[in-house]
Amino acid sequence: MTAQSLVTTTPGQVPVRRRRRLLGRAGGDRPSWGATLTLLVCTIAVFAPLYATLTMAFKTTAQSVDGQVFSLPAPFSVDGFVQAWKLTNFPRGFAISVFVSAVTVVGTVMLAAFAAYAIARNWDHRFFRWSFFYLLAAMFLPFPVLALSQVKLTGMVGLANPVGVALLHVMFQLSFSVLLFTAFIRSLPVELEESARLDGATTWGVFRHVVFPMMAPMSATVAIFAFLASWNDFMMPSLITADSTLQTLPVLQNIFQTQFSSNYNVAFASYLMAMAPAVIVYLFTQRWVMAGVTQGAIK
Amino acid sequence: MVTAAATARPRSRDVAATTSVTTRRSRVSWTFYLFLLPTLVLFTLAITLPAIMGITLSFTNSVGFGEFQFTGLTNYLALFSDPAIRSSYLFTIGFALVTVVLVNIVALLLAIGLTAKIRAKIALRAAFVLPMVISGIVIAYVFNFLFSNSLPQLGQALGISTLETSLLANPNLAWVTIVIVTAWQAIPSALLIYIAGILSIPGEVYEAASMDGASSLRRLFSITLPLVAGYVVINMVIGFKNFLNAYDIIVGLTNGGPGTATRSIAMTIFSGFTGGDYAYQMANATIFFLIALVLAAVQLRLTRGRSAL
Repeated sequence: MTAQSLVTTTPGQVPVRRRRRLLGRAGGDRPSWGATLTLLVCTIAVFAPLYATLTMAFKTTAQSVDGQVFSLPAPFSVDGFVQAWKLTNFPRGFAISVFVSAVTVVGTVMLAAFAAYAIARNWDHRFFRWSFFYLLAAMFLPFPVLALSQVKLTGMVGLANPVGVALLHVMFQLSFSVLLFTAFIRSLPVELEESARLDGATTWGVFRHVVFPMMAPMSATVAIFAFLASWNDFMMPSLITADSTLQTLPVLQNIFQTQFSSNYNVAFASYLMAMAPAVIVYLFTQRWVMAGVTQGAIK
Repeated sequence: MVTAAATARPRSRDVAATTSVTTRRSRVSWTFYLFLLPTLVLFTLAITLPAIMGITLSFTNSVGFGEFQFTGLTNYLALFSDPAIRSSYLFTIGFALVTVVLVNIVALLLAIGLTAKIRAKIALRAAFVLPMVISGIVIAYVFNFLFSNSLPQLGQALGISTLETSLLANPNLAWVTIVIVTAWQAIPSALLIYIAGILSIPGEVYEAASMDGASSLRRLFSITLPLVAGYVVINMVIGFKNFLNAYDIIVGLTNGGPGTATRSIAMTIFSGFTGGDYAYQMANATIFFLIALVLAAVQLRLTRGRSAL
């Protein structure tokens, strides 16, 4: 969108003109067109594969086999989407992905918020303090370490299905989420809770009406990370879910590696439909996504 | 300011504050136990129990079902002399090292650019973070097509013989494709940490340097880079730890091939589901766990040291 305006205004070497539209920002420096352009060129690396996905998805099968991924669709066709919809049974895969992600998000936020509140407000009790470190330990247990036993156990208790996948997603999200919530609750003033308690509120009432509402921004961050991890995961559903008709969208894409390997337009339409929900969620929630990464790393 | 507020507050409702604190200290409301208990129980069943079960079975000859005997360290001794295991560890560690260096160089350069005075800062940041939200397996399938169809076409057009055939089928270079796609996806989170690190440097430091006549390049080398060094170390450890788990992207690109050239540790562990070496791969997983534990200890030490600064 800004490409045209950038080409016409040549960057650099015009100090007089640049000084005139000084922006009054801190430091008094003017925005650098050179750096902006360089970064803009670098975004090609981000967008090239996504652009290829988009163009391939709208081609006809005949055009898609020529390997020219970056050419525009001619003719423009939604046939790939129609076929992908049927081949992967998209509505079912989508419903299962939504189910797993929804359970993961709600489960993670609820369990982690409850646990973190109990831990943060009873830190001077050994039981709660040790529980915190116990839950944190899972951050250092990668799934491959536990996979063999978890697959065995979920099979034994009848959880070799999306419910089991969601449960494990929650468990692997817990450490990170409890860590974020605990740090956040510690930064909240205790006085509000104490005055609510003086007014006769129970611990549950205080949590429900005072603490949980104040935790909203952190809950948003935790929820988004739980959603992204769950929606995009391939390893756990592919190993845990025994029935292939109950697979999530990322796992379903493997049919284009085996059975329908030359219907490229169909494959790419299907990839696009699997990616799109996460991209859309990201577009609306960037702020919390960016905040979450830095908080998780620095705490 | 903070201390003033803290001392002023108790005075205003002295009695109420002290009584409620003392009652809370002595007796924890049972509701708090109820808040924590479901998480602890589920966590123990879903994480701790499998971990204990896995470590225990690694000392047996279990094939995943039926009877088994304890065989002591047999599995572990066999692991150390197994060329398939050795090559998967060598591949995974080598891949993780190359990727972590590449990711951090690119992420640091981008972070410096994205914290400079530029136009469309928010949009550019959002664009560079985008790969983080895309499923690893799906983008690996997309790149799979690019590497096996588009890149050879380009190679033919330019007359570069190495690129004329698919890199994915080249036993010596298939790992490069995995590095590229993994880096594509992993750069955003490293980038965000670097941006936060650079933004946490107080503006006065730069102002003082500018007043002393330091050029922007000098400010970069004398202020920015030394002050983000701590973040570089953290990012390297976090990244290395994550890359050791490589699985999705490899499945989507080479599926461990050609031959077993790009088989990661996770892929060898998962081979325990078939082929009857269940307990053997449990031992493999246990070794892998010990490596993860060492890296976690390093990470904790480093972050503790940094936050104390």
